[in-house]
Amino acid sequence: MNARALNLLGLGLVGAVGVAFLVLVPRLFELDVVLELTVYMIMAILALSLALIWGYGGILCFGQSAFFGLGAYTYAIAMFNIGESTIPLLLAIVLPAAFAALLGYFMFYGRISDVYLGVITLTVTLILFNSVNSTAGPEFRIGSARLGGFNGIPGIPPLNFPGNKASPIDLEGMFYLATVSLILTYFGLRLLLASRFGRIIVGIRENERRAELLGYDPRAYKLATFTIGGALAGFAGCLFANWGNFVSPTIFGLAQSAQIIIWVIVGGRGTLIGPIVGCIGIQWLTTALGANQPSGGSDWWAKIFANAPLILGIILIAFVLLVPKGLVPTLGDLGQWLLSSRGKRAKTRLEPKRAEEG
Amino acid sequence: MAAPLLQTRDLSMHFGGVRAVRHVDFSLAEGELRCLIGPNGAGKSTFFKMLTGQLQPTHGHVLFRGREISDAHAHEIARLGIGIKTQVPSVFDGLSVRENIWLAASRIHSRAQTKRVVDEMLERVGLTEAAERLVGQLAHGQRQWVELGLVLATDPELILLDEPAAGMTHEEVLKTAELVREINRTKALIVVEHDMQFIRMIAKQVTVFNQGSVLVEDTVESIMRNPQVRDIYLGKQAAA
Repeated sequence: MNARALNLLGLGLVGAVGVAFLVLVPRLFELDVVLELTVYMIMAILALSLALIWGYGGILCFGQSAFFGLGAYTYAIAMFNIGESTIPLLLAIVLPAAFAALLGYFMFYGRISDVYLGVITLTVTLILFNSVNSTAGPEFRIGSARLGGFNGIPGIPPLNFPGNKASPIDLEGMFYLATVSLILTYFGLRLLLASRFGRIIVGIRENERRAELLGYDPRAYKLATFTIGGALAGFAGCLFANWGNFVSPTIFGLAQSAQIIIWVIVGGRGTLIGPIVGCIGIQWLTTALGANQPSGGSDWWAKIFANAPLILGIILIAFVLLVPKGLVPTLGDLGQWLLSSRGKRAKTRLEPKRAEEG
Repeated sequence: MAAPLLQTRDLSMHFGGVRAVRHVDFSLAEGELRCLIGPNGAGKSTFFKMLTGQLQPTHGHVLFRGREISDAHAHEIARLGIGIKTQVPSVFDGLSVRENIWLAASRIHSRAQTKRVVDEMLERVGLTEAAERLVGQLAHGQRQWVELGLVLATDPELILLDEPAAGMTHEEVLKTAELVREINRTKALIVVEHDMQFIRMIAKQVTVFNQGSVLVEDTVESIMRNPQVRDIYLGKQAAA
């Protein structure tokens, strides 16, 4: 039962860090830092949505931003029409989930192969980008919400306490909401993955044909996984629209969809904590590099380090080539190797053999 | 005569111009153990794939207890009660032995039952010691046992075994033969095998495939004496 104890220890650690973060950050930092951390939390929920469907479900979705963007736009449009945030929040989850279910139905029941699945999802998000981008005219409106095209939708009303329009959630409240949502999403997914459903989707990722020959219908399980991922991404989108009170078509763009994949690759597929770490780390780095803009005639190196996309590209390539499993699984392997080699040394007083690692 | 458990009528599979299986009429009684032999490329594995829904036959019918299954999905056929151990072990390599068996048992059992069934099955296929190891790290023979455990844990009525003794040591082959006989006390089996010693240990009735068709069907003794079978199959093996 060693594995179980280790598992519980890990869960406890994540919970403790989460709660400490939640309590300490607003007390220790100025509002601008809290605001910055809020968006990290929101993006981490988005990272978790892909961690589920790609890392555990084995579905490589290149267009997770489609559901994220749909969630943000749904919230914005519904909010301008309704004014009270309970129903817009629900719509921002249900609509992307329904869209994921419809898209997933055609992909999984149409037996689209993995590579084409990536191509299709990427195309979908780019189609959404182009469509929304070209709705700048005043004729493009849904109810009282103007879509705004490439200008986006500014001044989105914030979430309010359920049923009470008069008490909106302030900036610090948004931090609490985003952080609690992230913690709940993490533990909810852990529960899901420990359930029968979760174990079966991992089995399907490992060997779809075998799962089928045992009597499981992989199409149905993948569809359900994909739909849950869509719902989560939509929820993150809703929080994002709240955070900046603004949404624009770049949310559907290539840069956004690529980022989500990079978070998961860097953090590690097949874990939940990995993509959270990857997401927060990369966003922090992007901000740090961006803040470091060289002034006027500064030197060559400063300019390179201020070029965030270039640095991120190098990081991605380095990870794919050198740490293909991602940060968290590799650290886990390293820890296990250190533990076992120390154990062996204590027993036999011989140098550990690396070759025994499978 | 009782209705057959499994029947194929005029079953054929063409891959482009290659006719892998041609007009096969095959019948298996309830509780029967049948061996399928034939040289490489005789169509045995293709035949198995059609029985389990992994391939849709070009034409012809597969009937399981009188029910047409030639156009059913693989998972539907599995749910009707046909289990298969494939030629190259098809297992969940990245998961532990216990998790592998759990995934199989969990399809038909409740949560509480599953745990008990998994422990029993691990014992039955001799993998209790290796239960927490990753299947991908096991030797070929042991992975064969994992797959056998998977198939048995779904409690199928008919079990197809594609070369169950391949890559096993002599002791493991003996153990497999014993297990096959034990399974046959309650279930029907079709076994594809090249190892003639193994077939002698388990078989009563043997069907010989050659070039996609059934060449002959008889008791194991007469098959061994059949000069035609020697020619196409045993002769070649002796020569090789």
